[in-house]
Amino acid sequence: MEWMAWTLPTALFFVAVGVLLSCMTVFELRRPCVERRGFLPLVTSRGDRLFIGLLASAYLHLAVIGASDWPLWVASLLSLAWLVVVLRWG
Amino acid sequence: MNKVPNNKAWWLVLPVFLLVAFSAVVPMMTVVNYSVQDIFDASNRYFVGADWYRQVLRDPALHDALLRQFIYSGCVLLIEIPLGIAIALTMPTKGRMASVCLIIMAIPLLIPWNVVGTIWQIFGRADIGLLGATLAKLGVSYNYAGDPLDAWVTVLVMDVWHWTSLVALLCYSGLRAIPDVYYQAARIDRASGWAVFRHIQLPKLKSVLLIAVMLRFMDSFMIYTEPFVLTGGGPGNATTFLSQTLTRMAVGQFDLGPAAAFSLVYFLIILLVSWLFYTAMTHADKE
Amino acid sequence: MTLRKAVPLLLYFFFLLVPIYWLLNMSFKSNTEILGGLTLWPQAFTFDNYRVIFTDPSWYSGYLNSLYYVCLNTVISLAVALPAAYAFSRYRFLGDRHLFFWLLTNRMAPPAVFLLPFFQLYSSIGLFDTHIAVALAHCLFNVPLAVWILEGFMSGVPKEIDETAYIDGYSFPRFFVKIFLPLIGSGIGVTAFFCFMFSWVELLLARTLTSVSAKPIAAVMTRTVSASGIDWGVLAAAGVLTILPGMLVIWFVRNHVAKGFALGRV
Repeated sequence: MEWMAWTLPTALFFVAVGVLLSCMTVFELRRPCVERRGFLPLVTSRGDRLFIGLLASAYLHLAVIGASDWPLWVASLLSLAWLVVVLRWG
Repeated sequence: MNKVPNNKAWWLVLPVFLLVAFSAVVPMMTVVNYSVQDIFDASNRYFVGADWYRQVLRDPALHDALLRQFIYSGCVLLIEIPLGIAIALTMPTKGRMASVCLIIMAIPLLIPWNVVGTIWQIFGRADIGLLGATLAKLGVSYNYAGDPLDAWVTVLVMDVWHWTSLVALLCYSGLRAIPDVYYQAARIDRASGWAVFRHIQLPKLKSVLLIAVMLRFMDSFMIYTEPFVLTGGGPGNATTFLSQTLTRMAVGQFDLGPAAAFSLVYFLIILLVSWLFYTAMTHADKE
Repeated sequence: MTLRKAVPLLLYFFFLLVPIYWLLNMSFKSNTEILGGLTLWPQAFTFDNYRVIFTDPSWYSGYLNSLYYVCLNTVISLAVALPAAYAFSRYRFLGDRHLFFWLLTNRMAPPAVFLLPFFQLYSSIGLFDTHIAVALAHCLFNVPLAVWILEGFMSGVPKEIDETAYIDGYSFPRFFVKIFLPLIGSGIGVTAFFCFMFSWVELLLARTLTSVSAKPIAAVMTRTVSASGIDWGVLAAAGVLTILPGMLVIWFVRNHVAKGFALGRV
């Protein structure tokens, strides 16, 4: 595992991703979701909305890093808000 | 077809999942790890946060490579898709001739990519290549190793040579799936050739065309071997596309951190585009 | 076929075949003739270039290595993709669409992204420079493709066949092997063709994961560049030989190619 060059932040990141996926799985098994259409222009399930939210968050982070001098946590906070919005009303 | 809900089906998918996860997830994690560190060797590495991303995202050379890549992929699609459709329309529909056509057209697809580069490298040279020599005889100044535009055009023509057949074969199979009744109805209505194409053939081709566009976009977006063999990315940077920039960074200069950060940006672009295509494709299937 | 259709098609075939003809032509010439001037046909027809390849182990072992890992990859890809494609075509299960999309993204990820980690991953588990390493690495893009194609073919088989077989008392493995696989025989052939093709033409990963004992032919070809210049004749001969296996494979599936190229989806 040494060659994988782990660091604490990246390890935490992947643990978070793993936990998120497991939570979604358990949630889905307990209460299967119904596909619906919110403000996004297509019919989505819960997993679709999570994916859209995460992908947009990644791009938001890149935009903040690439085009502005804001600190990174600004992007993270914005992403979190965006995630909540997409999952709830998307 | 109505599918039965059954979570036990996971057992059938598990081998695929494990096999692909082994090859995809572990390297992916490693790339993420690299992208946030400055690595000299296994024991000398320092956490640098988002610095590499900042550097990569603001690097004008990479912007250029990205722009070139999009222009290139755009050109590839603009030429190969219409050409492929046109060729599929001219192909014989059945019999021995159809088989022969299929086999001839599949030949370029089966040649290893570096050999494709070699073939065109030889073919375009003015001293030993048929194309280069013919153009020289005709008085056209053509030198793919020295002139950026010539190099660019050669790489594009090579890609057309290599991959148009794939589009044509996809369209051909799409056309074969149209029932004869449609054509008979068109004949009764005295529809023109264009009307038949516009209202019968094109709509039926929609789903295969989506696959063709997706495959051609993805493959041209990660093109590496052919231009590498043909021009080595030159002259200057005229034919240096994303994959090559990346490989040069990671293997040539051993800049692991920036190369990893760049890989992830590259991957995110691919992810977005393939998601768009996939969504479009599943929608087309539903209709 | 009308003349109006035949002419463009013939022009296209001309465009396809001329570069290949030139390669073939060069492979039968000596280097002095190649460099001496353009001849549309070999003046001094020679098999010397091919003799070099077939007598030198470091040359022909490249072909054997390539064929070995390509076949290995095809077998592995088919073996794991068949049950998975069945699951995707017949059942709805937790996260199926997301899993399918994730598989497809691997078909689309540029190998350049994974190059270095791949090298380290396979070194760390002691598989570097083995055929199985290349075969496994190529699974990354071939397995998703195989699942995709097979799923298309399997969706075309009516589900009533499955149900009847289960009622008749077939167990799943027996039904799958005895009844289902023969039904999608052409699909399997086409899938094998695609796996073979994409593994055969790939160079970047194959070259990175091998050094000596599993070196693919594509990497061996760089040997023709030496201090005294490029050995064009041998290079051309080696190129011609790399085209042959593909031709052979497509001959076997020629009747199913049309359907196969649409990934079983029309």
